[in-house]
Amino acid sequence: MADKVIYVMYDDDGVLKDGAKKLVSKGVKVADTFSPFPIHGIDPIIGVKNTRLGIMAFIYGLGGLTLATIGMRYFMIVDWPMNIGGKPNFSYLDNILAFVPISFEFTVLCAAHGMAITYLLRNKTLPGMPAQNPDPRTTDDKFVMEIRTSDNSMEEKELEKLIKETGYIEIDKKNI
Amino acid sequence: MQKEAAIREPLILGHKTYHDVTEDVCRPIEDKAPKMWYILFGIALIIGLYGVGCILYLLGTGVGVWGLNKTIGWAWDITNFVWWIGIGHAGTLISAVLLLFRQKWRMAINRSAEAMTIFAVFMAGLFPLIHMGRIWVGYWVLPIPNQFGSLWVNFNSPLLWDVFAISTYLSVSVVFWYIGLMPDFATIRDRAKKPISKKMYSILSFGWSGRAKHWNRFEMVSLVLAGLATPLVFSVHSIVSFDFATSVIPGWHTTIFPPYFVAGAVFSGFAMVQTLLLIMRKAMSLEAYIHTKHIEYMNIVIMVTGSIVGTAYITELFISWYCGVEYEAYAFMNRATGPYWWAYFAMMTCNVVSPQLMWIRRLRRSLLFTFFISIVVNIGMWFERYVIIMTSLHRDYLPSSWSMHYPSPIDIGVYIGTIGLFFAFFLLFARFFPVLALNEIKSILKGSGQSYKESPDYHKNH
Repeated sequence: MADKVIYVMYDDDGVLKDGAKKLVSKGVKVADTFSPFPIHGIDPIIGVKNTRLGIMAFIYGLGGLTLATIGMRYFMIVDWPMNIGGKPNFSYLDNILAFVPISFEFTVLCAAHGMAITYLLRNKTLPGMPAQNPDPRTTDDKFVMEIRTSDNSMEEKELEKLIKETGYIEIDKKNI
Repeated sequence: MQKEAAIREPLILGHKTYHDVTEDVCRPIEDKAPKMWYILFGIALIIGLYGVGCILYLLGTGVGVWGLNKTIGWAWDITNFVWWIGIGHAGTLISAVLLLFRQKWRMAINRSAEAMTIFAVFMAGLFPLIHMGRIWVGYWVLPIPNQFGSLWVNFNSPLLWDVFAISTYLSVSVVFWYIGLMPDFATIRDRAKKPISKKMYSILSFGWSGRAKHWNRFEMVSLVLAGLATPLVFSVHSIVSFDFATSVIPGWHTTIFPPYFVAGAVFSGFAMVQTLLLIMRKAMSLEAYIHTKHIEYMNIVIMVTGSIVGTAYITELFISWYCGVEYEAYAFMNRATGPYWWAYFAMMTCNVVSPQLMWIRRLRRSLLFTFFISIVVNIGMWFERYVIIMTSLHRDYLPSSWSMHYPSPIDIGVYIGTIGLFFAFFLLFARFFPVLALNEIKSILKGSGQSYKESPDYHKNH
């Protein structure tokens, strides 16, 4: 079956949000929205799940902490214990205070970069990628709602009638 | 839309629409650069290149070309290093700490403050590298397997902590800054008419879409990075202060150093932000977005951190007497009355007295006065590091080794050169990058914009 995408354009984030609420309550599935800034509160309306990137950052951070601990233990305790004024140097715990700063820094380093890289990969935003937004104005002051006919069981005509009530400024249809 | 008290001063003046915000920020990038830009960039570049020449001479000849001697093994280099790294603290503080505190006024200044941070940390990082003398073996600071047997870097040393702290700080700041830039590069990309600039901004924007899911992730990444960067900011300057505080040199060996250095860093960083923004808002006609209220907020930060710094100076002075250690007591007597009294005097006047003037509302809302004080604070904070480093080193335990430090022309050339390079980088940033965080400004337009605040609907809804 040929899939059709309907792009409905609004000039205000509030109107789009109200429109989406109205459409969803009538059983329309809104596939996505494109906006120049985050529209707060749109995610639960159109069913976008909250990201799990925060959990990933925590895991990357733990990885960094572990790596730093293993590394410093090997360098400073196992491989070449340094004799600094005869201070105890035969266990990691004895020297742990000196290792706090680097443990912290390395945790932050891994968490931040791991998260950023995951973010870019998950978004598929990488250098040289083509622009993904349907209309160049969506990065300026316009807000677009994307509705797919294949997502919705109702007829296209009916769908358009419902969309008409939401106060859009432009509508565009594309076959894919 | 976030709620905000109606009596709060609006953060965006005038009757701006979303499109006006885009226009105002993108116009300076799309238009031809004004003649003044070329003049300033030319001057900055020439000074910067002179500095590069001095650095090359230094590398070719050796660290001996600096005015160092057996007693004073660290002088302008470490002073400049700490000065630059201190300046580099405002950007992340503004974008991370103020994000966690939900301070909306940061949105007008965070982008440029963070650019300033990154360039300042570049300049700071240069000094330890060139101080190595043999810069080409700079990678020896990393714990990599080597041909010298089991010889690792010393993880007990604050100097190595610094390596990790500064490289983490620099790279995390760059990532934080860039992730915020991507949506704004996309805005410029979608407006660009010339094929070359379209291509360039298309690459820079990484194909940003503005999808609901992407914004959801964007906000999570911003929040978590802010959460990570906040302790990072405090840790970096604490670790810089450990370079001194863990030594046994009188005047350095104090537990007060970490908080005192962090406050000093924020103090000098905000001063540099003021210096740059006061010029930028005028040159790029951004008066509607960065106005008196923003300047006032920043002046309050300067006043508070300046007071913390002043308290630290006086505490230090008191403790040097109270601890009963004669070397410690002498170090401070020598600071205030010895051959470097003038530097101490400059530090005290610029850092303790001048921020107190900000208690007066009329003064802290005066742009001209703010500009003047911001320069004064920058000078004062350079002298602070100079005083701490120089007066402690030049007369320590052994009077036969007492000495003085006189900067060589190379010392001065490298320092002035980094200022030139810093401004050259910043001018390039102002020319080609969106200097305001477009997406963030637009998201507060309805809550904090003047036209929205004055409309009757606003009061009805809140």
